Amino acid sequence: MDLLSEDRLARMSPVEKVRFIIDEVKNGKILVLERGLSPEEEANLIEMTMTQIAPDEFSGIEMETYPAHETKSFLGKLFNKGPKGRLTLIGPADQLKTLKKDRDMITALVSSNR
Amino acid sequence: MGVIRSLKRNFTDLLKKLLNKKSARIGIYGPPNAGKTTLANRILRDWTGDAMGSVSNVAHETRRARRREGVTIKGNGNSLSLDIIDTPGLATKIDFHEFMEQGMSEAESKRRAKEATEGVIEAVKWLENLDGIILVMDATEDPFTQVNVTVIGNMEARGLPLLIAANKIDREDSSPSTIREAFPQHPLVAISALEGKNIDTLYEEIAKRFG
Repeated sequence: MDLLSEDRLARMSPVEKVRFIIDEVKNGKILVLERGLSPEEEANLIEMTMTQIAPDEFSGIEMETYPAHETKSFLGKLFNKGPKGRLTLIGPADQLKTLKKDRDMITALVSSNR
Repeated sequence: MGVIRSLKRNFTDLLKKLLNKKSARIGIYGPPNAGKTTLANRILRDWTGDAMGSVSNVAHETRRARRREGVTIKGNGNSLSLDIIDTPGLATKIDFHEFMEQGMSEAESKRRAKEATEGVIEAVKWLENLDGIILVMDATEDPFTQVNVTVIGNMEARGLPLLIAANKIDREDSSPSTIREAFPQHPLVAISALEGKNIDTLYEEIAKRFG
């Protein structure tokens, strides 16, 4: 399991981030992202995951994050500043299972068997 | 990038107002089996007498986005022309074994899984080309799914209107209030797309939010 700081991901472009996550997860890594992804990046990650799914090899990812806090400031809205990402857990669908999730807590089961 | 997109949208909105054009391209989104196509069929039957597509208890029945243009709905004394896009269920994983458990052959299951992945990609791509979304959630299920969080996050980031349809209130174990508590910042209508419960309230909200 790797815990990735906000700074580490901030040095990557959106495409690099998504590629990095997919590669790591396909290699069996479970990632905890300190600041998560932007909503657009989450959508891109879902899209790229779909292109990688192969029967009996890779069935996709389990991704869990808390609902984002909405931008409330006037300037944030004016400049279309999206909501900030929150802690996010991503792993292979056959190794990571979310048991329970609410607004501020995620309970997950991690398995080492593939 | 966000500033340019915001300005472009404001300009488009202004143009629509100047031309008094009341139309919107609306996507029906949600996880598999939330009742998206059942809702699309309900809307089309009520306003055009037609239907959008087949429904099934097996997940990923809709694997291609379906589009129906020029559906005029009325609510609150307003009339609104909608282009409705019924999208395949969004998911982060698709395992063909789950289709086999539903009695499909291995070959059929693998084909369905492959088509389902293509459907998810299509649904994600449509997010870029919409004026708003009806997010259908199964009111008997946990609302905090990643799909719901991602769709809501994308709409908020784009500043586009979103209406939550808490579906399946005909079921005894449904709890639309759980969804309302989970996403209090967005309007919600509790419905049964299957039985038509509360559907007039949904039309009023659609006319109000997307008009």
